[in-house]
Order: sequence, then structure tokens, then C-alpha cells
Amino acid sequence: MSSAFRVMGVTKRYKDVTAVKEVFLDGNSGEILGILGPSGAGKSTLLRLIDLLESPDEGSVEIAGKKVTLHGGEACAVRRRIGMVLQKPVVFNRSVWNNLAYGLRLRGWDEDKIRKRVDEELEKLGLGDRKGKNARTLSGGEMQRLCFARSTIFEPDTLLLDEFAANLDPANVSMIENMVKEYAEQDRSRCVAIVTHNLFQARRLCDRVALMWNGEMVEVAERHKFFENPDDDRTASFVKGELVY
Amino acid sequence: MISDYDLVQVTLLSLYVSGVATIIGSAIGIPLGALIGLKEFGGKGLVKTVTFTLYGFPPVLSGLAVFYLFSHSGPLGFLDILFTPTAMIVAETLLVIPLVTGITITSVVEVDRSIKDTVKALGASSRQSVLTVMREAWVGLIMACMIGFGRVIAEVGAAYMVGGNIDGKTRVLTTAIMLETRMGDFEWAMALGVVLLAVAFSVYLFLRLLQEKELL
Repeated sequence: MSSAFRVMGVTKRYKDVTAVKEVFLDGNSGEILGILGPSGAGKSTLLRLIDLLESPDEGSVEIAGKKVTLHGGEACAVRRRIGMVLQKPVVFNRSVWNNLAYGLRLRGWDEDKIRKRVDEELEKLGLGDRKGKNARTLSGGEMQRLCFARSTIFEPDTLLLDEFAANLDPANVSMIENMVKEYAEQDRSRCVAIVTHNLFQARRLCDRVALMWNGEMVEVAERHKFFENPDDDRTASFVKGELVY
Repeated sequence: MISDYDLVQVTLLSLYVSGVATIIGSAIGIPLGALIGLKEFGGKGLVKTVTFTLYGFPPVLSGLAVFYLFSHSGPLGFLDILFTPTAMIVAETLLVIPLVTGITITSVVEVDRSIKDTVKALGASSRQSVLTVMREAWVGLIMACMIGFGRVIAEVGAAYMVGGNIDGKTRVLTTAIMLETRMGDFEWAMALGVVLLAVAFSVYLFLRLLQEKELL
């Protein structure tokens, strides 16, 4: 099992607030890694650091075995190997079809190839009949599925999902969770990292689970161990829903 | 009616001068505003303040600067374009640029951070990011062009100073209104004012219809 990303002693501060404190974390190919923690624990910041949307104040990030930095000139190339979906569905003010084609156009795909791939994906999403509509006219669930498809259509090695189902109804949660599982299972060299505060979702989807609290990495363990026999008392409290924050 | 000049020609020249000045000013102001709004650099706050201050740049001052530049003793006097529509376009372009730049800055800055993050996360290069954010700010950018056009179609100081209100050559609606007022023909001056408003209304209506049909 090779490392898709490696976070090595990363610290990130915003003025007086330390959002992430000396965090070490590996994301491996072939796994779905869950990053749990209460609001403000630093989970989203950690994903942003991995995707080079932020630069660490200390420590470093490796992608596919290579140390990378935001200002090192490789940020764009690195991000092209990573897909990221945010909590709030963010669609561009253009058609559903053009939203889906966006990442492929950035990568310079041939227009015929884009047309074929996007049409296929839209049929899978069940949005084929609305491909010409402005994406902002879709429902929240449809928008989030579109965002997921837009971030996976170029088949990134690493997929980062930040509270991707937090605002969705159960039916849409189930649909998008199935999309996540399918994406991970299609190619076992892929790594999916999910930030969530939903314990049940982590149980359903993840192979390994990490707990962050107050910017620190409390524990990283296999799913069974994390939920049934954690090493850290804070993890035990969190999985029982007792952690006060 | 005492005026014997061609109203159609005057109206078309107004549209031509203001339209070309808006196009050139927007072609400069939009990319400039996007760069100022989206790039981080030292002195950015000062650049923005200067840009916003220039919203109030007096047309007569723009006219004066262009007059000096293109007068026979000026540095660009050899071009011999003073008292031509070209000089009027240059002077009016100077009025459009700060407006379009400033409104573009505001429009691109206002694009939600989640959009900017998503663009980057999807793998856009710096150039691709700027272009996408500009596209997301499209309504604001169109508004910038419309406001720029509104400023120059209605201004008289610069057009008069560098155009000279020459009949059949540089007379536009605003300078014609001034002329008629001076000659005491208020009715005709008012009629020209109505034509000016109608021209502006038609342009804005056309742009709004294009926007409604999502062609802009």
C-alpha cells in the first residue's frame, strides 16, 4: 500500500489562532480515510493544506512521495491529481454540462473526448435532461452530486471530501455515499479522505479513521479499533458522543 | 428650428466616440481591475484608493491632458489628431478606464471565496483562475461597461476641449446641446437632450435584453 499523501508535522496559524498543530497523517492508496472531530478542530484546514490551498507555517506535505509546496510552482500540477469537494455545493454560473466539462477543459482534453465523457457522466447522474440548464437551478442534492462528479470526472488519484454530505437529506446522503464507495472501489490505487463529524458516516465508509481535536491529531486507527477499542480517552469519549466541546 | 446640421450624423458620432471609448476603456480596465482585485502585491490598497478616487476625474482635466499631448507643441503633436474624433476617443477612454477598473475590482473581489477555492482545487492555473473568476463576475463587468458608457455619452468637457464642436466633424450630442443653449434655442437644446437620453436608453435596453437572453 503506497502513500497518496503524507502530512509531516504540519502547523498552520491564522494570526493568534493555531488551526492545525504539528499534525502527522498518511493517506494510503486503496483506502477511505475518515477525519473526524468537532467543529473548529482543524479538519477542513488540514484538507486545504493537503490540496495546497494553504501553505503550512511549519512542517511539510508530500503528494505521491514528493514534497510539494504552495509557492514551489508545482501547486497547479499537484491539484490536478487531487479532487476536492466542499461542504457547500459550489457550482459555476453556467450550464450543468459546462460545469462538468470545466475540469477537463482545464486539462486540455480534446472537445470530442470531453463531449463523450461528460454526456456519459450526466446520464449516470440522472441529469442528462437538464444538461443545458444553469447549474444554479438544481436542488442542493443535485448540485452536490454534480460537484462530486466534477471533481472525479478527471479521475484524480486522491479525493478530498470536506463535509460533503452535511447539508443533504438522507436519500441524497445515501446516493452520494454510494458514489464515494464506487469511486474508491473502481480503482484500488485511489485514496479518498473524508472530513466529517458524522460518526455513522465514518463507520459506513471508512477503512481508517483519525480524530482531530483543537488542531491536534488525537488518534489514527483502523475503523474497528477506532470505534471499539481506541487508545485515547478522548477518542473513546468522542465515539460515545460524550466529548464536550 | 435654427440648426442646420445633420442630427443623425451628430447622434451617430456620439455613439461612435462613446462606444469606441467604452470598448477600449473596458479592454484596458477589465483585465487591469481583475489583476488588481485578484493578485496580492505591495501597495495594493493605495492603487485601489487611487483608482476609486479617479471615479471623479473631471472630464475637462482629461480633455486638458489630451489637448496638451496632441497640441502642436505637445509630445504627440506630430500625430495631428487634435480636433478629430480620435482625440475625443482618447480623452473619453481616460474617463472610462478608472470607472471600469474600479467596478471590476469590486466585482471580482465580491466573487465568493468558495468559488475561487473550487477553481483552484479543480486544477486551474493562475491565468485560468483569473479568467474563471472574471466570468463568475460577468454581471458586474457588464455593469462596469454600461456605467463607463453612461459617463462618456453624457460628458461634454473633454469632447468640447479636444473635439472643438466642429460641425460635420466633431460635433456630438452634448456639444450640440451646449451650442444651442448658448445660441438661446432652448427648445432645440431640450430636444437634443431627449435624443441623448433615448440613445442611452436604447443602448441599455439592448444590453439588458442580451443579458436576459443570457447572450451576455
